[in-house]
Amino acid sequence: MQTNRLLTLAKQALLTFTVSLILFAPISGLVLEGFSFRNELTRAVLLAALVAAGRVALSLVGMTAIGRKIAGKAASNGSGVTVMTGKEKSPALILGLIFLAGLSLPFFADKYFLGIAILALIYCLLGLGLNIVVGLAGLLDLGFVAFYAVGAYLLALGAQYLGLGFWSALIIAPFLAGLCGMVLAFPVLKMHGDYLAIVTLGFGEIIRLVLNNWLEFTGGPNGASVPPPTLFGLEFTRTAKQGGVPLHDYFGIAYSADYKFWFIYLVLFLVVCLVVYAVERLRVMPLGRMWEALREDEIACRSLGVNHVFTKLTAFMLGASTGGLAGVFFAVHQGFVNPTSFTFFESALILAIVVLGGLGSTVGVIAAALVLTILPELLRDFAEYRVLVFGVLMVVMMIWKPRGLVRVQRPAFFPSTAVKGAGTAPLSASPEAVR
Amino acid sequence: MNTPLLDVRNVTMRFGGIVANRNVSFSVERGGVTALIGPNGAGKTTMFNCITGFYRASEGQILLDGPNGPQDIGTLITKPITGGSHLVTRAGIARTFQNIRLFKEMSVVENLLVAQHLVTANNLVSGVLRTPAFRRAEREAVDRAYHWLGEMNLTDDANRLAGELPYGRQRRLEIARAMCTGPKLICLDEPAAGLNPSETRELSEVIQRLCKEHGQTVLVIEHDMGLVMRISDHVVVLDHGEVISDGTPEHVGNDPAVIAAYLGVSEEEVEK
Repeated sequence: MQTNRLLTLAKQALLTFTVSLILFAPISGLVLEGFSFRNELTRAVLLAALVAAGRVALSLVGMTAIGRKIAGKAASNGSGVTVMTGKEKSPALILGLIFLAGLSLPFFADKYFLGIAILALIYCLLGLGLNIVVGLAGLLDLGFVAFYAVGAYLLALGAQYLGLGFWSALIIAPFLAGLCGMVLAFPVLKMHGDYLAIVTLGFGEIIRLVLNNWLEFTGGPNGASVPPPTLFGLEFTRTAKQGGVPLHDYFGIAYSADYKFWFIYLVLFLVVCLVVYAVERLRVMPLGRMWEALREDEIACRSLGVNHVFTKLTAFMLGASTGGLAGVFFAVHQGFVNPTSFTFFESALILAIVVLGGLGSTVGVIAAALVLTILPELLRDFAEYRVLVFGVLMVVMMIWKPRGLVRVQRPAFFPSTAVKGAGTAPLSASPEAVR
Repeated sequence: MNTPLLDVRNVTMRFGGIVANRNVSFSVERGGVTALIGPNGAGKTTMFNCITGFYRASEGQILLDGPNGPQDIGTLITKPITGGSHLVTRAGIARTFQNIRLFKEMSVVENLLVAQHLVTANNLVSGVLRTPAFRRAEREAVDRAYHWLGEMNLTDDANRLAGELPYGRQRRLEIARAMCTGPKLICLDEPAAGLNPSETRELSEVIQRLCKEHGQTVLVIEHDMGLVMRISDHVVVLDHGEVISDGTPEHVGNDPAVIAAYLGVSEEEVEK
């Protein structure tokens, strides 16, 4: 028994050592010097030994009672979806506290942290939007950043050519982005899975290339500037530039550049809350149910009379609208947009947020958006390894929690009391009769 | 009552050079159980897919009797832009599948609610704002879902995931889901496949109850002859894509052509 264990441990260690040696030898064992290279194999061996030791330590922990407990826990929650019992406590109190905490954040945070919070909320919006498309409707969209760009450029170019302000852009952006979503989606929605992903990837690149190359209209790589926001004609700049009154003059307080960020943060926070509410409602609405049903089985949906093309179209349009909203906030926060903000990496990041959070889970997506935007800021010291850390995080998540951070919970439904009282009341079989 | 609910007239279905159904004609009477039987590969499921709008028949007509007179299923599928098999369901034909197709990661009630999407309020604004009309429609839909769960003895499983249910209950759930669309005709594709004898008995009771209590018209494909003979009023036998016998269960059971098709007697012997 004892020797058996030792043998397996030795085997594991040897295997890990060999594999990591193969991986590390070319990367850290050979150092380039001009046209020749220098051997630093001891470094690679050391690294490999470290990895092997880590593997053995993991196995040893796994053999103890505590380790087994942890492993058992990790294995048991792999099943993913559960249905609520209908007896859960209402989360209204916690939600209210979070809402108040969110509203009061600007009064505690400094400018740097507020900037991160705005960025995190923008990614929340993007994640929620993509979650409608990927998580609920099950359509893999790799070009989501295109709708983000549409929203951002709407404000920048609209201000330049049509004199649009922040508020009008905020209202127009969802419709314009939704329209773009419809234009893209209508011809491609008969495709499935991988093909759809490639078409949307192409669409994302098309938008970026157009923005980059249409010099006269978009300003090309030089980008376009975005006017600062206003509030009922009050401006947040030191002196009025858009024909209004500066905020600090109106209230008779000292000027601070922070007011603008306070304003953006508060509006963005309210918009995020509204979108979260709408998405949560959607999940118990017929439209949201049809999206999820389409994700589960398209043929069965058609057999139930669901128009699969139109249903997918609505998912695409609503997702795109949310992306457009996020774009407006991004533009007004940066004060400047150019095409480098809308690369494929951005799309991949948003998709990572949705996948990490758990497909279809609103809480998960918000948590993942916060983690994935705040973590890189905390990891400033390791800036060069940021993508590496992302990658490791992804791998670890996919091994331990393949269904995402937060489990999806399905709502429970109960018959109305009238029916309960009358036992099985004779209800009409045909829906027409109820209309 | 003179016009049959569903009238299949001279339907031929070709896949390239292969003829799956040749000149098939039969009718489904209102309020009864019609069974479509035949050996494997006889073209039953193809016929089914034509009727439920998943295939467009190459030739012939499939007429569903409605309030505005008979309606051709084929024209619904080929309607430009909005056309498709979903219109066939909306016209009143619901179906189940040979290999169960439930929404496995949704709860049982939700499965039934998706089926009622035509009567619930699909308006985005009313749903987000929870208007009284929206809530009433939802409540009625949930009650109707519970009604059908009760009919299928599934009430206890209402708030479980559909994928967790045992096989036999998944079968019944699929029937309940099809019934929730409020169909004139329900098409069951091998409902007893994979069921044990007691589950099969339960299923035949369910189907008979659908007919007797709800006046539902049923079209069923089935291999279990015991079940077919017990529940059906009218049997149509297909072999090699053609109708070889059509009539009451007794008539079909004694038809030499049917016996030959099932037992594999050579054609010369049948002609003698």
